[in-house]
Amino acid sequence: MKEVKCECGHVNPHGTVLCESCGIPLIEEKTREKLLDMRYEGSARRSQTYNKTIIDKIWNFFSSVKVGVWLIVITLIASALGTIFPQEMYIPPVMPAVEYYEDQYGWLGKMYYELGFHNLYSSWWYLVLIASIGISLVICSLDRVVPLYRALKKQRVTRHESFLKRQRLFGITQVENKDIPFDGVIENLKKKRYSIREENGNILAEKGRFSRWGPYVNHVGLIIFLIGGMLRFVPGMYIDDVLWIREGETKVIPETNGQYYLENKEFTLEVYDKDHEVFDEALSNSGMVAKNYQSDVVLYKRADNSVAGEEAKLDQVKEFSIRVNEPLKFEGYALYQVEYKLDELSTMSFHLTNKETNEQFGKISVDLNEPETKYDLGNGYSVEVMSYFPDFEFNSEGQPATKSRIPNNPAFVFNMITPDKPDGEISFVAIQQTIEPFEDNEYKMAFAGIETKDVSGLTVRKDLTLWIFAVGGFLFMVGVAQGAYWNHRRIWIQRRDQEIWIAGHTNKNWHGIKREIKEILEGSGINEPDDLIKETEDK
Amino acid sequence: MANLSSNLLFAAFILYLVAIPFFGGAIKQKNGSKEQKSPNKWANIAIFLTIIGFIAQLGYFITRWMAAGHAPLSNLFEYTTFFGMCLVAAFILIYFLYKTPILGLFVLPVALLIIAYASMFPRELSPLIPALQSYWLQIHVSTVALGEAILAVSFGAALIYLVKSVDQSKRSKKTVWLEVVMFSIVSVIGFIVVTTTFSLMDYKATYNWIDKNQIESTLEYNMPALVGPHQGELVETGKFEPIIEVPAIVNAKKLNTVIWSLLAGVLLYLLIRLILRKRIGAALQPLTKNIKLDLVDEISYRSVLIGFPVFTLGGLVFAMIWAQIAWTRFWGWDPKEVWALITWLFYAAFLHLRLSKGWHGEKSAWLAVIGFAIIMFNLIAVNLVIAGLHSYAGS
Ligand code: HEM
Repeated sequence: MKEVKCECGHVNPHGTVLCESCGIPLIEEKTREKLLDMRYEGSARRSQTYNKTIIDKIWNFFSSVKVGVWLIVITLIASALGTIFPQEMYIPPVMPAVEYYEDQYGWLGKMYYELGFHNLYSSWWYLVLIASIGISLVICSLDRVVPLYRALKKQRVTRHESFLKRQRLFGITQVENKDIPFDGVIENLKKKRYSIREENGNILAEKGRFSRWGPYVNHVGLIIFLIGGMLRFVPGMYIDDVLWIREGETKVIPETNGQYYLENKEFTLEVYDKDHEVFDEALSNSGMVAKNYQSDVVLYKRADNSVAGEEAKLDQVKEFSIRVNEPLKFEGYALYQVEYKLDELSTMSFHLTNKETNEQFGKISVDLNEPETKYDLGNGYSVEVMSYFPDFEFNSEGQPATKSRIPNNPAFVFNMITPDKPDGEISFVAIQQTIEPFEDNEYKMAFAGIETKDVSGLTVRKDLTLWIFAVGGFLFMVGVAQGAYWNHRRIWIQRRDQEIWIAGHTNKNWHGIKREIKEILEGSGINEPDDLIKETEDK
Repeated sequence: MANLSSNLLFAAFILYLVAIPFFGGAIKQKNGSKEQKSPNKWANIAIFLTIIGFIAQLGYFITRWMAAGHAPLSNLFEYTTFFGMCLVAAFILIYFLYKTPILGLFVLPVALLIIAYASMFPRELSPLIPALQSYWLQIHVSTVALGEAILAVSFGAALIYLVKSVDQSKRSKKTVWLEVVMFSIVSVIGFIVVTTTFSLMDYKATYNWIDKNQIESTLEYNMPALVGPHQGELVETGKFEPIIEVPAIVNAKKLNTVIWSLLAGVLLYLLIRLILRKRIGAALQPLTKNIKLDLVDEISYRSVLIGFPVFTLGGLVFAMIWAQIAWTRFWGWDPKEVWALITWLFYAAFLHLRLSKGWHGEKSAWLAVIGFAIIMFNLIAVNLVIAGLHSYAGS
């Protein structure tokens, strides 16, 4: 494309509004405006220059801040809608979501569900909104950062008079001798940490230019953050699984390719002591308050020489107490204490007993999670477990069945083999009930006690994207701080005939720069520049 | 120790209260000489009192920390009080940047109201549930409070801007909205007055009612029930019978409190209007005579610029770190998190509109008001209404 040669000799890219070097307006209409639009130094932005092809149009759409703000505002409103009722992931799993919303919140709830707001944050249109913000961030930043960088790098000390005159802060001081030295001013400028460039007795004082890059740095941070979010969908990058493990149990940790095992030694739930000296009032108001949830575990790694198929040989890696806020971490995995179940039945014991004489012939203890098929009591006495129903119920056909594999309500069909009944007697034993299908047995299984164990519910987490989020977040913070806590200020002082011209520009906080200029000019004989916007506002 | 702590808080409250008229005096003084270089004697006393008050409140915070054994940031009373303290701190900071006593006249009353509002909630020292036993939580919560407080200063400055710039000579959309803002502030006073009155009277009325799962429960009201619970039956005799009954999914007790506060707010507001014989905005306008619009505009913007990064750090970055440790994931679309995101997006929009679309002055001031409304919504409504549905938000 055509380049534009300015009268000062500098060659500008096509589309430049203000010459990068001297600042003279290169576009006809701009010469008539009272104040220059300094936002991007009048640099040549693609979005302001081309508007022909479809690509131009898309580019211009996404590079517009107006569009960006709309995207942000729409996302904001959409996000708020998602908090009216709880999201699906937070509703209790008592009934299907369709019914739940209507049941709890009436027709509004039903509508909420039907419009898909119950899963708003993973709905396609919400993701499209976030993606558009991402695209917008990339395009708007590219559209501006390069031209802005060029313009600030190429700027000359001596600016064209039409540039100075159209700055918001501008003033002229009549002087007798135009060669009066600026020493005092320069010293004051230096005190205020301006870096100073001089050319033919003219001055350009500038500070905080790096704060102009703040928005671009923070946008890059945001983009990296969003990329982190996208990577979550790559298999293997993000693992979210649950491990329920009973006290005394050793289990393979899911998603570790069978490499790691965990033993749960003990689960502890502690509550605050009611007679707590400091908290007694709060405790008597709110009842029991949990103090600690803790699983004492041992982590094992499968030994290298373990043979596949055989029971794994395990090497102990470490002992640890997993508590809320203190996950167990290893090799990129983390195990979190999230749930628990107290006092799950673990073993049940029975005495093989003669019904008439009450004589006992030995005791069996059945591990409710792994019952054996036969218990030999010696002397010709033994018990066979013919069926086992860990969570017993009669199903719709009236047959004994089990609701789940968790021993909430165990029931057994035993075959009791004794020397006088070598074929055995069948007895159905459940909690609080015994059924003898062939009537009048001579023997029974007399209940002899239960043992219980606690169960820990752990979340298994691996998140290889975390560091990307961390980098994104960190860059964002650096960028906002850079943009928010520093300002880019420039002051031009030039000599023209019997006059000293002064102009000032800042990207924000005009009150601050005015106050600063006032201090800098103190005693120099140069008048403070006027605020051209303020004057028009005051009128 | 706990006693000393409450006394210090009370002392701080009184000091702030006393400082306000001094800030008033400081701007009156300026009438004669137009451009005054340094703040006058009134202003110096006012800021001195504010700082002493702040130190007293810091004392409250530290002694309470020592008494409880954990930073007092773990329930609504503690968090809100801390927010009030941060607001004072942010005001002191901005005051020394711009030396504008009038800001104290608008910000300190807001801080006072927030602290008074906080003390309407249960104040006893409470133990930490396991999820809250984390340094990250405390870092997160305190940084959020600080960030939001700095953002709230921008609301104070914006309010000054609007009071000064809105044309009060005739009724317009702007005067109405400004009065809506004033009314909201007055109804917070209404809430405080009503709650305090009934708690001094020790009002209690118990209802048996049927909750949304068709289970019978009891509910204790501390204010006469204008709105009764679903199929509610008064247990005691001689107490106020509800005028209407609401369906089970509505929290009748909270709704009742809101209605009482609004009623008291309306009454107070009408009373104030009756005494002033003009809009509150109009009555405040003379106070703003000597302040320059572009200065308050800049204070408002500057506060957003200072507060936004702090809020991002506390409300998003530290929040995510804590959530990752305590809840296994750094983000979970919990209402509280979503509202932090909304706040953040809103102020991002604010900054873009200002920097790139040139929304200065009045537009920017209205935005600052909306931003504060969002923060308050997150503090009050999300805690008390929305999050009530969620498992851990109650704590
Ligand atoms: C959630 C998303 C975003 C956040 C948090 C964000 C944050 C910021 C911040 C803090 C600034 C500096 C503002 C100031 O210093 O006053 C900024 C500037 C800017 N942002 Fe964003 N931004 C976001 C999205 C976007 C989008 C979608 C666009 C696309 C149009 C965009 C375009 C810009 C532009 C053009 C600037 C000004 C740069 C300059 O004038 O030098 N931003 N952004």
